[in-house]
Amino acid sequence: MGSFIATRLVRLVATLLAVSFLTFLLVNLLPGDAINALIPIEAQQDQEYVAQVRAEWGLDDPMLVRYGKWLGDAVRGDLGDSIVTSRAVSSEIAHRIPVTGELMIVTVIFSVLLAVPLGVMSAYREGSRLDQFISGGAQFALSVPGFVAGLLFIYVFAMKLGWFPATGWTRISNSISGNLMTVTLPALSLSVIEVAVYTRVVRSDLVTTLKEDYILSARSKGLKDGFILFRHALRPSSLTLITVVGLNIGLLLGGTVVVEFLFALPGLGKRLLDAIFQRDFMMVQGITVFVAMVYVVVNTLVDLVYLVVDPRIRKAD
Amino acid sequence: MDTALDPAAPTEAARRPWIRRFVSKMPWTTRFCASWLIVIVGAAVFADLIPGLADPNYQGFLFGDGVTNEGPSLTHFLGTDNNSRDILARIVYGARVSLIVALAAVFMGVVFGGFFGSMVGFVRGRTDSTVMAVVDVILAFPGLVLLLTVVTLLGRRDLVVIATVIGFLSIPPYTRVARANALSISRREFVTAARAIGTRKRTILFREVIPNVLPTLLAYAMVNAAVIILLEGALAFLGLSVEPPTSSWGTMVNASRVDLQINVWPAIWPSLALVFTVYSLNNVGDWLRRLRSVRSAAL
Repeated sequence: MGSFIATRLVRLVATLLAVSFLTFLLVNLLPGDAINALIPIEAQQDQEYVAQVRAEWGLDDPMLVRYGKWLGDAVRGDLGDSIVTSRAVSSEIAHRIPVTGELMIVTVIFSVLLAVPLGVMSAYREGSRLDQFISGGAQFALSVPGFVAGLLFIYVFAMKLGWFPATGWTRISNSISGNLMTVTLPALSLSVIEVAVYTRVVRSDLVTTLKEDYILSARSKGLKDGFILFRHALRPSSLTLITVVGLNIGLLLGGTVVVEFLFALPGLGKRLLDAIFQRDFMMVQGITVFVAMVYVVVNTLVDLVYLVVDPRIRKAD
Repeated sequence: MDTALDPAAPTEAARRPWIRRFVSKMPWTTRFCASWLIVIVGAAVFADLIPGLADPNYQGFLFGDGVTNEGPSLTHFLGTDNNSRDILARIVYGARVSLIVALAAVFMGVVFGGFFGSMVGFVRGRTDSTVMAVVDVILAFPGLVLLLTVVTLLGRRDLVVIATVIGFLSIPPYTRVARANALSISRREFVTAARAIGTRKRTILFREVIPNVLPTLLAYAMVNAAVIILLEGALAFLGLSVEPPTSSWGTMVNASRVDLQINVWPAIWPSLALVFTVYSLNNVGDWLRRLRSVRSAAL
């Protein structure tokens, strides 16, 4: 088990190094000299000053040297400064994380709360009209992208009914109710596909579990169906659900970019888009590596959770 | 076997019931979805030949011929957008973008991902861990950054560039699926038998492993095409897919936001086209997979 964890950790670090290097390489391929973002063109007459700034930002060093410097700072939590706003990239990320993080957490909560009952009902009445309806609905929901769902919600709930604001964000520190108002529609838009994915997982898992011998013996003891479903059958299935939630984090992160764009939320995805359009290469690099890190760490954690919970994997090692 | 050379081959008339039997096995929803796919693919391929289909980029109001944000009418079946362009024509030509991108992704995924995955699943060892490490890196790398870098470097954002980048990014998932399948196939008796009689490794890979990985990969391709169409839609919505005025469903949805208060049709039609196409691919793909698993269970 120890060696399993060690291999996973080595792979985690190697993946992160590769991703950060690739990002650095790609971003440096982009045309345009960073000096133009640092000093206005008119002010570039002063050769001495330009040379001084170039040296200060290390713009003339070979790429590998610059990558080494950047990496050395990055492991200490310093991702450099934005060349457009000259704010520290790490503090910008820290400022944006609550928005994207809350959006993702609320989405997962919404989705699990909806998907578990739907999946349980569907599996309990396998093959019935209800099951067909839920499974069919899930298949349809899988085909509705976040921006279509989001636009529909904006049209119905913001424009026609006026229940929620169409765009914008209120920080939770300013007003809790205002925050809930602004997070609801974006989170619902992201939930449509997630609910479908989770419902399918819960259903297919429960269908197999309900055929196990221990369910039969629980039934023959005369236990209530509801008790068997939630206490005996759902518990092993929740492990699969955790895995799928974890593996879906990458997909969800991609979804937040679109939803943050649609609802004009000041999140990480929106910032990445802006940085890309502004050629703010330090910012692009920092956010990319940060997002990749979250993705890789979550995947490794999911593997480790599995290892802890499922004894069979431990034995195989 | 080539049926034309086979004297025992069924005639044209005798062969038709096979398709009819195939279709009759479909639930009515799947039949509907398959028909929709045929219609949309046909419309995209023959868009230039459809009689009466308007020019997707013709802005009638500039020439005193047409109104912006017109609702569905007899001249414009689905209405016009905020530039007075015919929405039906833009949806038909937009289907080309979605379908070509999906086709490129499936092609590159099946060919390269299928080959690499089958190979490393069969030979295992160091090649396996190296290739899978590369796959992990590509999967952890945000595709958006790659796409934008390539687009900026080339200075153009046409269909070829978008399709190639998305195609490249879809190689890793296919590699994973192919590898997982090749792993289990490599342990089957016929592979052991081929090894035992001293068949060369390359021959085993191409004669035994890859032909058996391929059906699973193609079933996966159907569902993956749906994912790719959603991805292209999202990119286009962000304004990062093919350059305007080329129409794409995502671009149309994004453009419709401006006048959403006064005219919702430009938002509804491309959304429906996108959702129906993706749903149809998922539905038919799921059905094919069920059919296959029933068959292999019966063996």
